Order: sequence, then C-alpha cells, then structure tokens
Amino acid sequence: MRNLSSTRIALYAFTAIAMIWLMVPILIIAPMSFSSARFLQFPPPGWSLRWYQSLLGDPAWIAAGRVSLIVSVSSALIATVLGTAAAYGLNMARARLAGALQVLLLLPLVVPIVITAVGIFLIYANIGLLATLPGLILANVMLGMPYVITSVLVGLRKFDPAQEMVARSLGMNRPRAFFAVTLPQIRPSVVSGLVFAFISALDETVVAIFIAGGENQTLTKKMFTALRDEIDPTIAALSTLLTAASFLVLAIMSLNLRKR
Amino acid sequence: MSDSPEVLHERREQRLVLALLAPALAVVALLMIAPLLWLAWQSIRDADGFTLAHYGRFLTDGIYLTAFLQTFRIAFIVTAAALLIGYPIAYVAAHATRGWQMLILATVLLPFWTSVLVRAYAWLILLQRRGIVNSMLIKAGIIEQPLALVNNEFGTIMATIHILLPFMVLPLFAAMQKIPPELKMAGSSLGGQPGFVFRHVYLPLSVPGIVAGSVLVFVLTLGFYITPELLGGGRAFMVSMLVARNIEIYHEWGAASSISIVLLVCVFLIFKLASRLIPFDRIMGVR
Repeated sequence: MRNLSSTRIALYAFTAIAMIWLMVPILIIAPMSFSSARFLQFPPPGWSLRWYQSLLGDPAWIAAGRVSLIVSVSSALIATVLGTAAAYGLNMARARLAGALQVLLLLPLVVPIVITAVGIFLIYANIGLLATLPGLILANVMLGMPYVITSVLVGLRKFDPAQEMVARSLGMNRPRAFFAVTLPQIRPSVVSGLVFAFISALDETVVAIFIAGGENQTLTKKMFTALRDEIDPTIAALSTLLTAASFLVLAIMSLNLRKR
Repeated sequence: MSDSPEVLHERREQRLVLALLAPALAVVALLMIAPLLWLAWQSIRDADGFTLAHYGRFLTDGIYLTAFLQTFRIAFIVTAAALLIGYPIAYVAAHATRGWQMLILATVLLPFWTSVLVRAYAWLILLQRRGIVNSMLIKAGIIEQPLALVNNEFGTIMATIHILLPFMVLPLFAAMQKIPPELKMAGSSLGGQPGFVFRHVYLPLSVPGIVAGSVLVFVLTLGFYITPELLGGGRAFMVSMLVARNIEIYHEWGAASSISIVLLVCVFLIFKLASRLIPFDRIMGVR
C-alpha cells in the first residue's frame, strides 16, 4: 500500500487546483459563444447561434479568415521544406559550425517578438512587401522554421545514419536515399514541425499588427483590434472555432504519430 | 597538385551542408539579421548624423526607465509564480502512473495549443468588473464591491502566467524524468528524511529544468505585447508597448530602435549567463 502522507495530499490537491485553473479559461469560452445575451454573462441566460451568424455573416471576418488560412497553410509548408533541409544540413555539419548556425537559425524564437515585428516592418517598407500576402507568408516562414528545425533535429538524432549509408552503398544517390530511407523514419518529427509551424502562423498576431493591412488583414489582427475596442460575443464564437480548429489539427497529428 | 579523395569528399559534404542550409539562412538574414543591424544603426543616427541622444533618453526621460523596471518586475513575478506552480505539477506528472501522467501533461498542453488571443479574451471575461470571478465572489458573500482584477498589472500577470506555464512545466518534467528513482531510494536508505533527500538529492538534480524553464519564461515575458496591451488597461506599461507607441503614434524610429537594442542586449545577456549553467540548445529543447 502506498502511504499518503500529508505532504503528498497537499501536493495532489495543489496539482488538481492548478489543472482546473489551466482549463477554466478554455472551457468557459464555448458556452459564452452560444449565449443569447447581448452582453457577456455567465452562465448565459439562454442559448442561440446568433454570434455564429453574426461572425459568419460578416464578409470582413470571412475575408480575414481566408487570409489567415492561406498564410498559415503556405507558410507552414514552406517552413517545413526549408526547415527540414536546414536540420538535415545541421546534422551533417561539423560540430562547431553547426552550433553557431543553430543559434542563428533559432534567433526568431529568442528575439522578442515586438523587435522582430518592427524590424520586418522596416525591411518591408523598403522593398514594398507591406500589407501583401507574400510578405505575410515570408514572415511566418521565418517564425515557423525554428519549430521545424528543432523538431526534425530531435528526430534525426534518434535516427541511425548508417541506414542511409547502406542505401547509398547499394547504389541510391543521396536525394533518393533521403526520400526512401531517412524521411519515412523521421516523418513524425517532420509532421509535428509542420503542425507547430501551422499553429504558430495561425496564432501569430504581433507581426501581423505591424505588417498586415488593407485587404490582407489576418484573423488575429482583426480580432486584436476588435478586442481593444469592445468585447462582444462574436469574438467568443470565433475563439471557439479557433480552439476547435487547433484541437482538430492536434488530434490528426496524434493519430498520425500513433499509426507508426 | 591534386587533393586526396577523402579531402574532396569532405569538401563536397560541406558544400552540400551549406546548400541545404542556404535557403533557411537567407530568410533569417533578410528578416532577422538585416533588421537588427538596421535598428542598431538607426539607434545611433539622427538627421545630423551620429548621436547618442536616443540612448541618452534612458537617463533623462523617466518613462523609459519606468517601462523597463516594470517589465523586469513583471517578468520576475511571472517567472517566480510559474516556477512555484509548475514545479509541483511537473513533479506529480513525473511520478504519476502513465494514465495520470498523460492527463496532467494534456491539461498543461491544451492551453498551449489555444490561441494567445483567445486566452487573453477568456481572462478578460473572467476578471472584468462584472465578470465571472467577481459575480461569483459577490454571490458567495465574500466581497461586496467588485474587485479591480483586470486592466491593471494583476490581470496582465495572471494571464501571462497562464500562457507561459507550459514553458516552465515541460523543461522541468523533462529534467525530472531523467532523475533515476533509485537515487531517492538510496538517499532514504542511508537514513535521509524525505525533506532532506529532496533538498540535497532531488532538487539539485532538477536544476537544469529550473534554469531552462525560468530563462524561457523570463525572456518571453520581457517581450510580451498582446497580454499587457489587452489586459493591462494602460497600467501595465511594458517595454514592448513603449516600442510600439514610438512607432505607431510618434513615428520615432530612433527612439524605438534604441529601446529595441537595449531590450535585445538584456535578452542576450540572460541567455549568455544561463548557458554557463546549461547549454543553449538544451534551453531551447533541441536536446
């Protein structure tokens, strides 16, 4: 029998309270979004879909959603290709060079996001990428790459390079050996890198506040502006959809990891 | 004179390495390195050429110092609170059965996957004057007047801890999982009381996790923008807001640049100091 000392009970109780505290903010949003009240009230006095109607019936929100989807899908795909290539290169490089380059490539995670945003604004203002889709995509490629690199590097460290050597000694050239032998084995890390990059791009707000504009307004930028002005339950409906979307992506990913 | 096949092979390998890294490096060079150099350059220039006036304002303009002090204070509070909350969670998770471990980690990770904006919004709903927390406290008869829980430093700190807690728990959990359970048993079999064993065996072994988690949380808080902007109500004025205001409202590029550079130097120094204790790539979770 495990003995339950008072320290242990206190520890478990504390953890339980902390877990509730972590979950509550996420769990209250969905009920609020189905509220029939004009203002935020909890518990809602009645139920309705009016906030979803007001969200989905508003062309401005739909347009912003489209921009966000295009930006996050394309930037995640590009970041995954560039990031996987870079991780593979880092893994092959001499230790000293790899160390220095890795710090450089992980800079986007380290530099405070406001500084990054201001810097990108400066560059874009000069090369005409402000308020454009390619500009938004490129910025999110940079912000997403570190996640891909980190994830793929972890995968490559677990992978036995001798396997690729064997494939090459049997006559495959390097690219074929990579795609036929290495990639399938590190696939879970590549996929989690892709998912991370996708969610980071979908959630990215600060850079978008600075560089998105006009027709190319992202969902998060529009949401931020709306939150600064007034908080009506339309945002609750949007939040619920966003949360559902990231959980869906996560569920797909965990299925993908289990299939191995 | 021709080189040996090994040398040629080695050279080809290194060229391939560079070719694979080139696109990623180009993106970082264009959007990260170039802007930082540009900001550094702008921070020492004005219409008449070289100047240190932008940095001089740190000494003369009170708001600079106030913003930096407040930001560091908030980062310190958030880090300490995240460590106090995160350590027990990571400890319980590291010693729980597999099912409980999954559940605890899922509760830590689910918020992590939820948009920062969504969570800021949720905290607004919870903490505002007529929000859920206040109305529950009033109904329970604990308070009569609603408390000011949001649009101040308290609201900012609460939401920031909530957003950054996973960055504390995950490194702690990783470090604790590497601690062999036999060590604790060995400690107690030699007569150590549980508290003693914890302080002298377990705690020191979890230090890499403490350092990694604390550095991440501290540095991320230093650069936080969304949360103080939405939940601070102007009363949690942080460095990132000072940068944003200087650009959006005053178009003061020199000022924004000098503030950015000072913040960046602070961040690099913190990483530099921490990497004396544990290597950089371990802080970032690459190893």
